[in-house]
Amino acid sequence: MKNLGVIFKRELGSYFSTPLAFIFIVIFLVLAAVFTFYLGGFYESGQADLNAFFNFHPWLYLFLVPAVAMRLWAEERKSGTIELLMTLPVSRTDMVLGKFLAAWVFVGIALLLTFPIVITVNYLGNPDNGAIITGYIGSWLLAGGYLAIGSCMSALTKNQVIAFIVSVVACFVFIVSGLPLVLDLFSGWAPQWLVDAIASLSFLIRFDAISKGVLDLRDLLYFISLMAVWLCATAIVIDLKKAD
Amino acid sequence: MIKINSLTKRFGDHVAVDNLSFEVQPGEVLGFLGPNGAGKSTTMKMLTGFLTPDGGNASVCGFDIQSQILQAQQQMGYLPEGAPCYGDMRVKRFLEFIAEVRGFSGAEKHKRVALAAEQLELNGVLNQSIETLSKGFKRRVGLAQAILHDPQVLILDEPTDGLDPNQKHQVRNLIQQLASGSNKIVVISTHILEEVSAVCTRAVVIGRGRLLADGTPAELEARSRYHQAVTVDLEHAVDSAPLMALPGVLDVEQQRDGQLLTVVAKPGEVVFPAVGQYAREHNWPVKELSVERGRLDEVFRRLTEGEAA
Repeated sequence: MKNLGVIFKRELGSYFSTPLAFIFIVIFLVLAAVFTFYLGGFYESGQADLNAFFNFHPWLYLFLVPAVAMRLWAEERKSGTIELLMTLPVSRTDMVLGKFLAAWVFVGIALLLTFPIVITVNYLGNPDNGAIITGYIGSWLLAGGYLAIGSCMSALTKNQVIAFIVSVVACFVFIVSGLPLVLDLFSGWAPQWLVDAIASLSFLIRFDAISKGVLDLRDLLYFISLMAVWLCATAIVIDLKKAD
Repeated sequence: MIKINSLTKRFGDHVAVDNLSFEVQPGEVLGFLGPNGAGKSTTMKMLTGFLTPDGGNASVCGFDIQSQILQAQQQMGYLPEGAPCYGDMRVKRFLEFIAEVRGFSGAEKHKRVALAAEQLELNGVLNQSIETLSKGFKRRVGLAQAILHDPQVLILDEPTDGLDPNQKHQVRNLIQQLASGSNKIVVISTHILEEVSAVCTRAVVIGRGRLLADGTPAELEARSRYHQAVTVDLEHAVDSAPLMALPGVLDVEQQRDGQLLTVVAKPGEVVFPAVGQYAREHNWPVKELSVERGRLDEVFRRLTEGEAA
């Protein structure tokens, strides 16, 4: 694990050495505001909470997070630097985890920059700030889940556009698996346990609970194991097709 | 030292490296020769841990390249083909990153980066981002990252490919500097033969993934049809037919309408004195008379084309 920090530092630095970080953060903040104030009806609801803000995060992340994840490995493949990286004495775990953590922290920074909305809601009323902090943690975990999926898709190809599209689709599947749209397809014939299992895979249901301020250990475990599984898959994919 | 034992790599049906075995001893500068697609890069990629062999094994400084690849990688510096580097990084930051990966920190890290930058003459561009550099500078950045930790084994995949003659000269000097007086191993892949005569102590020729020849550059030159051949440069053409009768002469080739003769010797024979004497006795208008060491490109072509046929 000694090179985890070195890889992490390089990766995080690389976000800020191009306009990518700036563009991503601006777009993220603008879209978050648009969703919260127009679609979410933040003022109209008259509630001193951030439900209107968090509710749209699964959809906001659906496009923005794969945009961050797509370059993780595809770019290394494209530019050939993957050969340099893989021939340095760095363990596979350090590489996969270092890159993932850098991307996760980067999204975390963008998320933290939404702090004015916390100030606003505190100015307007007396919100439950504990629930808001839980909401932020949930949102960050959600982003981590998307990123882990995106990391694996990025490892599969050298084409960033393909990585992006496939990630969006995969993340979309994980969102909608909790919606009636999908569940109704199964509830007619499948046993209840299968329907429950499909529903329990959904980002939406898990995130809904956390964003309302309920941080259940099972939900936490869900997100952490989801990330672990997809990151292991990333490491396997990289080992299998290093040089392709 | 490097031990390669029956190393094999397949890509689908294509066998890129076929049962390749050889060893490299400390102190050797090994020229790894072969036409494009012969398996040079594939072998190097397996040695450095980028590709996994399909058969056989190899070790670097005693570390197996499959089970102990991280230890092996610590002993090696590697310049991949085309010298890929992180284009968005500045040269200095990139070298610091490599130094950190190699386990250096603090003052030692800065010393290593400064030394490598000094050796490759990168001081003028340390604060430029790598993607803005010329090809020659990029290659030097790639070399700097490979030598930064003073590795026991240096593996360079076409280090001078695409450089201008001055830059080639610089890179060769650097390789000689690194190898001289030390017990290091340098492996260079190339298809430029002058490079082998210039820097290598040993040459290995491969074709279609198989070992075709192994020896010092001089030994390879001795395999040439033109080894010990005598070139006679004349003012005007003369009757060269009697040369064929001289002892040890295999053939006489004519160029420039007979003004340039190449007297080819039979293997193991020396014909220079006889040819010189004959020319003097018959008052040939000789401008220049010289012995050839052998033509590496001719040996190379014969070895690798025989393989292809």
